[in-house]
Amino acid sequence: MVAFASSARARAATSEVTSPSAIGGFVRISPEGGISLVMPSVEMGQGIYTAEAALLAEELDVRLDQIVAFAAPPDGSLYAQPLFKAQMTGGSTSIRGFWTPLRQAGAAARSMLVAAAAQAWGVHPNECSTKDGTILHSSTGRVLKYEEVAESAATLPMPEDPKLKSREEFRIIGKSQRRIDTSAKVNGSAVYGIDVMVDGMKTAAVAISPVDGGRLKSVDDNRARKIPGVIDVLRIDDAVAVVGEHYWVARAGVEALDIDWELGPNTKLTTASIRAEAVKAADEGTPIKALERGDVETSFKNATKRVTAEYELPFLAHATMEPINTTVHVRPNGCDIWVGTQTPVVAQKHAARITGLPVDKVALHNHLIGGGFGRRLQADTIEQAVHFAKQVPYPLKIIWTREQDIRHDRFRPCYLDRIAAGLDEQGRPLVWTHRTISGTVRRYFAEDGWPEGKLDKDAVDGAWDSPYAFPAIRVDWVRHDPPVKLNWWRGVGPTHNVFVVESFLDELAHTAGQDPIAYRRALLDANPRAMAVLDKVADAAGWHKSLEPRSGRGVSLHQNFGSYAALVIEVAVAISGEISLNKIVAAVDCGIQINPDTIRAQIEGGVLFGLSAALFNGITFDEGRVEQGNFNDYRQLRINETPPIEVHLLESNESPGGLGEVGTVSAAPALGNAIFAATGVRIRRLPIDRSLLSKRENA
Amino acid sequence: MISLNINGRDYSVQAPDDMPLLWVLRDLLNLKGTKFGCGIAQCGACTVHVDGRPVRSCMLPAANVGPREVTTIEAIGQKDSGRRIQQAWLELEVVQCGYCQSGQIMAAAALIERNPAPDDAEIDAAMAGNICRCATYARIRAAIKSASRK
Repeated sequence: MVAFASSARARAATSEVTSPSAIGGFVRISPEGGISLVMPSVEMGQGIYTAEAALLAEELDVRLDQIVAFAAPPDGSLYAQPLFKAQMTGGSTSIRGFWTPLRQAGAAARSMLVAAAAQAWGVHPNECSTKDGTILHSSTGRVLKYEEVAESAATLPMPEDPKLKSREEFRIIGKSQRRIDTSAKVNGSAVYGIDVMVDGMKTAAVAISPVDGGRLKSVDDNRARKIPGVIDVLRIDDAVAVVGEHYWVARAGVEALDIDWELGPNTKLTTASIRAEAVKAADEGTPIKALERGDVETSFKNATKRVTAEYELPFLAHATMEPINTTVHVRPNGCDIWVGTQTPVVAQKHAARITGLPVDKVALHNHLIGGGFGRRLQADTIEQAVHFAKQVPYPLKIIWTREQDIRHDRFRPCYLDRIAAGLDEQGRPLVWTHRTISGTVRRYFAEDGWPEGKLDKDAVDGAWDSPYAFPAIRVDWVRHDPPVKLNWWRGVGPTHNVFVVESFLDELAHTAGQDPIAYRRALLDANPRAMAVLDKVADAAGWHKSLEPRSGRGVSLHQNFGSYAALVIEVAVAISGEISLNKIVAAVDCGIQINPDTIRAQIEGGVLFGLSAALFNGITFDEGRVEQGNFNDYRQLRINETPPIEVHLLESNESPGGLGEVGTVSAAPALGNAIFAATGVRIRRLPIDRSLLSKRENA
Repeated sequence: MISLNINGRDYSVQAPDDMPLLWVLRDLLNLKGTKFGCGIAQCGACTVHVDGRPVRSCMLPAANVGPREVTTIEAIGQKDSGRRIQQAWLELEVVQCGYCQSGQIMAAAALIERNPAPDDAEIDAAMAGNICRCATYARIRAAIKSASRK
């Protein structure tokens, strides 16, 4: 196999294919005709393999049905996401970051293949053209396939600045493409991390300290070891693993353990205690300023009316369908890890530290992910698996139960928000202030934690950069780290802040006695893209059409991840308080579209993902323990609760925006605003408390 | 020894009496298409057919299956209903992460097997036990209708 290394920085080509880390680059062509494209971002359902392959294939001039895609090995020098400068998939960055580099990589490889063919024919490259993996010399009718010149092409210099196609020349980008990852997902042949089989592999189930921060005191494993099929019992600081011939016997072994935990400092933790601490921080803590524009204090003095509100959002678990699992084989001279991770380089680094091996002796084989949503951005679960696996000579697969997956998740933070506005006599906002009280997620991603006094922009994203022009605005953050480990969750900062901003803006519209869309439009004169999606959604949703009693429409608007989205949700609220979703309409401007059908799918699924959390989900604590554990008490939206969804995409010439999280951000505020329209009850706390809605008939 | 008929083949496995069919399929027979999601029959990721009916294999002890015929995602495409569902799934691009889709497809194939033209309410009733965290539900509904028209 010949490899074209063509990174974002147009590395020189190499034909050394001795190990995955030595390959580098995005395009590989075997003499047998296989064209492989290396995917820098991990496929977790968002359709990124198809989109990134489309960028490469467009410029390489091959069809998507001619290529296979595979996960990039950990190599930050080649596969770092340009927006993170790290090899990570998240934050709706993939297409924003790789839009130009991957097209350049495809174009560079194509140009080298053409040059090699031209050399073989003794003609000028300009006389050659390409199509579907072949090079043509039209005046003589000669044709060469890519694989026939791949080996010599790989020895040629890589062009520094290959010419890219204009938008009019695109044959793949912008047209809905069949996804390249799905045919194996409908017949059971797709291999996720949990499906990995390695020769000699054993399977473990674990018991983990029920309170985070607890430690293993002692374990009596006599009964477990007597179970036929149980092979080993392994201990680490805060967990015990029972290794079995298969998962079920390992589980039986865990249930037979008699464990004494030292539960540690968090046994008194309750949701009420966490909330009380947050309120204290809100009252006494020092805010860190994110944005101040205009004269906030004077504007409040000049205002006719001051409106204030407090919003609260809960901890959330990711609850991906594929429970946490990792397969590890530690040997004296090397380590292999088979897993689906959003952060392969970090996982590799931790494994090297834990095993004492050099990083280049840790091979990480990344897999399709059965749902990420941010959970697999942290490698804590992989660390645990390596700690266990280094105690045994055989490959070890560890699978968590669903209950462990939820209870030992690293959670979306809980938030407390205090927000205020001063209105003029027409009800227009003169001034807007928004204070968030929360922990910092970034401390889990920075090498040395997060310094006191430094803004974690994630805490204010979606608040300081809302679509609206307020004459005066102040956005700040009080850092208050709860004794609960945190993580990013689909939609990151904006999922929280846009709920607060869009709900409160709805409150202001109501206070001013104005239509919520008209009220928003008056603040969007300088923001035509936001105005356009808002107008489109109003029109498509029939915003002004009348509805039955206790039915209502709510709207939300936001600009995040380089995209613009407006959403209208129509609900009916029963006297009992039960909420029915009747219809969902979205309008999105995400700049240039790569694969429109997948864009629609991401909005559809993203909105429902956000609604599921707003309707049902909140992680709570008692005696330091997470109270939820499975889909019976951490329930999810189901098909019978799903209304029809329309997604309207606006044409645009702007650079592509992110999409994986856009719909999720839109969801909760549109729902809360619809419930207000239906019942007159303002939703300021999630998940939605149905008892608030049952009391107020004809409110 | 437990005797099982899976996808038309007879198997004998050595397994504890309480071992669910899910783990026999996955760990003893290497049929990994059937997925572990919750372990308490709440999500449907482990759905297989037993004598044509959709069953949650995570809570069904393999020892209780007896002579009944088990069909898994690996073989459902050999049935007309399964083939039509799989094709509709691809044509309508239902799948995102795909982890729950084996179970969704097994539930959907069983539905159109007994009800060739289900309406929305019938689809919802038959599919409500299958969770999809990517929330591909609207397309699942459309794909079942598309498959049932063929």
